[in-house]
Amino acid sequence: MYRSEIPGYVVLKDGTVYQGFGFAAPGRVFGEIVFNTGMTGYQEVITDPSYYGQMVTFTYPMNGNYGAADHLLESGAVHSRAIVVREAKNTNYNRTCPDAWVEWLHHQGVTGVGGVDTRALTRRIRAHGAMTACVAAGPDLKVNDLLEETRAYPSLSGRDLVRAVTCSEPYVVATSGARYHVVAFDYGMKRSILKNLLEVGCRVTVVPAAFTPRQVLELEPDGVFLSNGPGDPAPVEYAVASLRGLLGQVPVFGICLGHQLMALAVGFSTYKLKFGHRGINHPVKNYLKDAIEITSQNHGFAVAPPGGRPDSGTGVIWLPSTRATWSSSRTSVRYRSATST
Amino acid sequence: MLLGSGPIVIGQACEFDYSGTQACKVLLEEGYQVVLVNSNPATIMTDPAFSHRTYIEPLVPEVVAKIIAKERPDALLPTLGGQTALNLAVALTEDGTLERYGVELIGANYAAIHRAEARDEFRTTMASIGLRVPESAVVRSLEEAHAALASGLRLPLIVRPSFTLGGHGGGVADSREVFDMVVKAGLDASPTHQVLLEESVIGWKEFELEVMRDLKDNVVIVCSIENVDPMGIHTGDSITVAPQQTLTDVQYQRLRDASLDIIRAIGVETGGSNIQFAYSPETDDLMVIEMNPRVSRSSALASKATGFPIAKIAAKLAVGYTLDEIPNDITKKTPACFEPTIDYVVVKTPRWAFEKFPLADARLTTHMKSVGENMAIGRTFKEAFQKSMRSRELDVRPDIPDDNGALLAMIAIPSAERYDLILEAIRRGVTLESIFRATMIDEWFLEEFREIIEAENRLKSFAVRPAFAESLPPTAGPRHEAQMGPALAGEAAAGANLSAVAASGPPAEGSAALATLPREELRQAKRLGFSDGRIAKLLGCTEPEVRARRLEDGITPAYKAVDTCAAEFEAYTPYFYSSYDEENEALPGEKERVIILGSGPNRIGQGIEFDYCCVHAVMEMREQGYDAIMVNCNPETVSTDYDTSDRLYFEPLTFEDVLNIVENEKPKGVIVQFGGQTPLKIAEQLHEAGVPILGTSQEAIDLAEDRERFGGVLQKLGLQAPPYGTARSAEEALAIADRIGYPVLARPSYVLGGRAMEIVYDRASLERYIHTAVKASPRHPVLIDRFLERSMEIDVDAVCDGDDVYIGAVMQHVEEAGVHSGDSACVIPPVTLGDEVVRRVEEQTAALALELGVIGLMNVQYALQQTDEGSTIYVLEVNPRGSRTVPFVSKATGVPLARVATKVIAGHRLRDLDLPGWEESVAAGRVPRRRDLTHVAVKEAVLPFPRFPGVDTTLGPEMKSTGEVMGVGPSFPVAFEKAQLAAGDRLPSKGTVFISVCDADKEAAVGVASTLARLGFRLLATEGTYLTLGRNGIEPELVLRYSQGLQAREAATARAKRNGGVDCGHDIVTIVDLIEAGEVDLVVNTPRGRGARADGYEIRRAALRRGVPAITTIAAAQAAVQAIEASFGGEVTVTCLQELYPGRGR
Repeated sequence: MYRSEIPGYVVLKDGTVYQGFGFAAPGRVFGEIVFNTGMTGYQEVITDPSYYGQMVTFTYPMNGNYGAADHLLESGAVHSRAIVVREAKNTNYNRTCPDAWVEWLHHQGVTGVGGVDTRALTRRIRAHGAMTACVAAGPDLKVNDLLEETRAYPSLSGRDLVRAVTCSEPYVVATSGARYHVVAFDYGMKRSILKNLLEVGCRVTVVPAAFTPRQVLELEPDGVFLSNGPGDPAPVEYAVASLRGLLGQVPVFGICLGHQLMALAVGFSTYKLKFGHRGINHPVKNYLKDAIEITSQNHGFAVAPPGGRPDSGTGVIWLPSTRATWSSSRTSVRYRSATST
Repeated sequence: MLLGSGPIVIGQACEFDYSGTQACKVLLEEGYQVVLVNSNPATIMTDPAFSHRTYIEPLVPEVVAKIIAKERPDALLPTLGGQTALNLAVALTEDGTLERYGVELIGANYAAIHRAEARDEFRTTMASIGLRVPESAVVRSLEEAHAALASGLRLPLIVRPSFTLGGHGGGVADSREVFDMVVKAGLDASPTHQVLLEESVIGWKEFELEVMRDLKDNVVIVCSIENVDPMGIHTGDSITVAPQQTLTDVQYQRLRDASLDIIRAIGVETGGSNIQFAYSPETDDLMVIEMNPRVSRSSALASKATGFPIAKIAAKLAVGYTLDEIPNDITKKTPACFEPTIDYVVVKTPRWAFEKFPLADARLTTHMKSVGENMAIGRTFKEAFQKSMRSRELDVRPDIPDDNGALLAMIAIPSAERYDLILEAIRRGVTLESIFRATMIDEWFLEEFREIIEAENRLKSFAVRPAFAESLPPTAGPRHEAQMGPALAGEAAAGANLSAVAASGPPAEGSAALATLPREELRQAKRLGFSDGRIAKLLGCTEPEVRARRLEDGITPAYKAVDTCAAEFEAYTPYFYSSYDEENEALPGEKERVIILGSGPNRIGQGIEFDYCCVHAVMEMREQGYDAIMVNCNPETVSTDYDTSDRLYFEPLTFEDVLNIVENEKPKGVIVQFGGQTPLKIAEQLHEAGVPILGTSQEAIDLAEDRERFGGVLQKLGLQAPPYGTARSAEEALAIADRIGYPVLARPSYVLGGRAMEIVYDRASLERYIHTAVKASPRHPVLIDRFLERSMEIDVDAVCDGDDVYIGAVMQHVEEAGVHSGDSACVIPPVTLGDEVVRRVEEQTAALALELGVIGLMNVQYALQQTDEGSTIYVLEVNPRGSRTVPFVSKATGVPLARVATKVIAGHRLRDLDLPGWEESVAAGRVPRRRDLTHVAVKEAVLPFPRFPGVDTTLGPEMKSTGEVMGVGPSFPVAFEKAQLAAGDRLPSKGTVFISVCDADKEAAVGVASTLARLGFRLLATEGTYLTLGRNGIEPELVLRYSQGLQAREAATARAKRNGGVDCGHDIVTIVDLIEAGEVDLVVNTPRGRGARADGYEIRRAALRRGVPAITTIAAAQAAVQAIEASFGGEVTVTCLQELYPGRGR
């Protein structure tokens, strides 16, 4: 779709307005607007729970090229409730994708605004930071009203979004012949992570974010995995507290939000990045292997580089293991128990 | 030592000048001593400033070995000079040269090259990492091929010769009937006499990934490219799009993972590789088609498409850097290991030259046939596609049948016009489903085309009545229309000139339609990539009206940066494309700026030479303190490297697109004289739109190009031109020819590179020409010139500043008049003209330049006719612009002519520039020119005949060459021989020479034959030549002509049947059989008019098949014999430019 008769708007908190056309589900969606630079994987992006509370603009201008399919879902729901694109396709010529994208979005109730100069929007976000915005499609929209509501809408910082996306009950996923038992804290876990754990021979018990150390240890895991998830790690205090009780008891590893929570648990701090890293082309240097690895990234917060030695009270020392090669943000950190070295 | 790729040929074009130039720059920056070898003088890389030692020498092992022995390089980098350089590296490894001189091969090692290039090894390597290649067999003979068929290989089979470029010599065998023929052609084309028979994946989807690896085994994917055309059409002949459009992330990651495995398994240690995949959407099968362990045409495209300079990074990796150590110039922040991601769509469209080779098979196959390409960038596929379509600059319009069934049948056969036909079919309501069945083009693309037509229809609905142009039947109008028909070509028409656009619609109603068109509709059309011209046609108004309306409504393009990162980081390198989006990132700079217009896609008659001139103009303008802004749409070139100019606009070179840039930049002016005919074509419109043209004025251009006005100039100066006339009808043409006398040179008035130009010897032939080849009409007159038989051609390049003229060089053509100057060998300094003729030519050139008011470069072509009464000099043509020979002149004389011209354009006076030979010439009362050359330089043309089976290899007034080489030596014969060797013709020092010449050449042939006989050659001749030579005391052996042999065979068979005896027909041997049997080492065969053409044709094609040098003009034969004599028993010496001109370069 390169045009429609339905008006669409993207209204940023700073007063910038982008006009386009509306597609998929009409509506008004508020949240933080971020950009993703991947040229494929749009369905994976908006079903990734890490995008909860956010709206995505895709820098690649042709969106929906190959359609949509269940096997591409990263979770059972769409978490980015609105998207902003230059052009949206509504065809399904790829044999592995039975659904047409725009129709699928409509069915999922996702609001779309197309025809937008998404590069201009991306440059705005890059210059001024990810910010609260409204994406609206439909007749009778008043830009001034949208702007007012956008300004009144709470920012992501300081809000616990994990609560909204974590599972309510623990569940077990396993294939035959699993060698390890991993307990995975679901802060908003992507399906592909679960799939990867299964592929490397793990039986996985997925548990809600609020599980206590005792509940976890009762499951007698070989390791504890901390998943990705949306938003600011700082307000997810119950998770941090739970981790403090686990560190040193059992091997713990995590990515994304999980990794940030672990950092908080050992006494580091986290901070909000100006506009985050979202894409599938980011190189990371693995100092242990002296190698560059191309990664997919999706985070708006980062672990603060420690000013000095971390809190000695936690009993861990900090080792730099990988580092984004273009910025100082730590993409992963290894924590090792001081007593075990 | 860096190896270039030699002359421009189909499959290996100026992309390797781009990569080699980048590599030279990097290596110089890193502090290396750089030795460069390339036989192509038209390249930027062979400028003396780009290396320490620049050898313009033949790219053959024994010559390169000599240079190695002389220069003793530490390392050889062969991965940036295409297949030519890679093959040389293999040869120099195998013959022990590299080991003997302790030269390290860097970039790719011998084993890796072999694993990637030797087909069976490649196949095994792929199997070892679990990847499939199509089932195949390597065969070295027809018998082995039959055995492979018998052992279960299934048709259709693709035949790929080993070690050839662009799939040259390959083909598809889809039936048992053609199998033998295709296999034989492949075996002949392969230098190792080895072909791969491969199960066909025709119709599968084709993808390419550009991959880079460093010494620490870090790998990045630079770009994915999807071929819109499915498998079965060479990627060089396919429309391609980047990034890939139709695969899911899961499918794309599969290609990505496979690419990482492949580059590791092949063992390319550092640098870039191109990997081609076939993917079947039906079965989800993936196959690896090929892997090039070097930079390629696709990597040049990927570099331009992403802003990631693959060749530059490859050079850095080759000397030991790792990907994370190399900063990205564009962002300055990210390292080279950051995989590029793009926020636009790139479409590449090839450009063919089938109109030049009417007998060639114009079907597109696995064997590349295009001569150039354009690239367009847009925010969406539709926008990029439409921009790419109009960047083709077509000058021949496709014939489209009225019947939809016939149309679909044409669409099913891949051709140069395929996309014009598809758009027309959709326009006529043919279903996407049936187009898909005919083409296997992914419906995703067809749907995009449908949306373009949908938008067309929407615009048409605003027209008051169907536009006049639309109601014309598609086949109306002459076949050779200068401009594409509006209803047919869609965006191709946008390149057409304004007056034609204005003439074709009824303005009154059209203007009314434009007035009722809502602003939003106009904006939407522009966003989809429609040109103003196209919109005008759809509405039935004029292009200027659309433009005026658009500006009134504030609908102007926004320029977006190509930044490798989709705006995630700030971009510092200004590389832009237009889109009708909101935010314009290309805000004009502070400095005064000039725009230099490039030459668009390479084609025959307009190639790398013009890019060379443009790049020099850019470099000089920067030196003069201006911001130099480059506009071009050819992804293969140095001019479209983002660090060549201060600002690069990757845009079509149409009036509209250029004017938009001018309005955005507000430059001091635009330079049109370096990009060949492309910018010159729009100069008038730019001038009329108030754009300052720098250098030669529009008035002067017109004076030179308008025949009648130019005739006045000649008359005023007392110069002679062949008698001529302009015919607007067949009757007029015949009357003119009768008046001026036969033979005449006939040509359409609007052509480039001698298109459809023919020498006509009599009235009947002229009638045929005028009725069938070119239809004369008032709109498209035919020019008739007296053809000067047996005259010598002279080319001059000169620079004029309004007061003075500086001659670059006077060049003498080796071939006589009648062979297009672009196809003729030529020599600096002239060898047989004599100083008096040279003086007169210089003076005439100066007079012409001053009278026309040229400011900058000018090229003049003369014919010299020598009779007993003396010599007469005729002016054949004046081009008030940079010519094809400017780089050759610059390399041969050490005077960078394009830069001198640019200085003049910037306001300098020639007399202040301290030019070589100025003082000396002035003192001698001569026009200034360099006069101290102690060497001779020969330029030889390189022809694409091996690519076009069935096409005759003779030369004529229509240009056919794709590239050129230069040979330098102490004398003409030595330089000529080197030029021949560089062009791929190795003149024999012993063996057998076959001579057969037309009557006019018989006398001259005696001299040629007697020298050869004296040198110990065995001579063969057919009847007529045999008798002539015999009368002059030379005794060649008599051989049968091909046609005589056929007759004799038939007679023998008939006799045997009649008498019941043995059929001795198969014992009859003709010259063609001898050539096929490899018994002939040189062929001299000059065509003798139309009648006996068939014989000569068979001889020349046989020679081509066997790779035997075949000389088709007596002048070239004389030069060749001199060359053979000069080198008899002698040693080749190698010389670099820095030795010829001390003080130039590094």
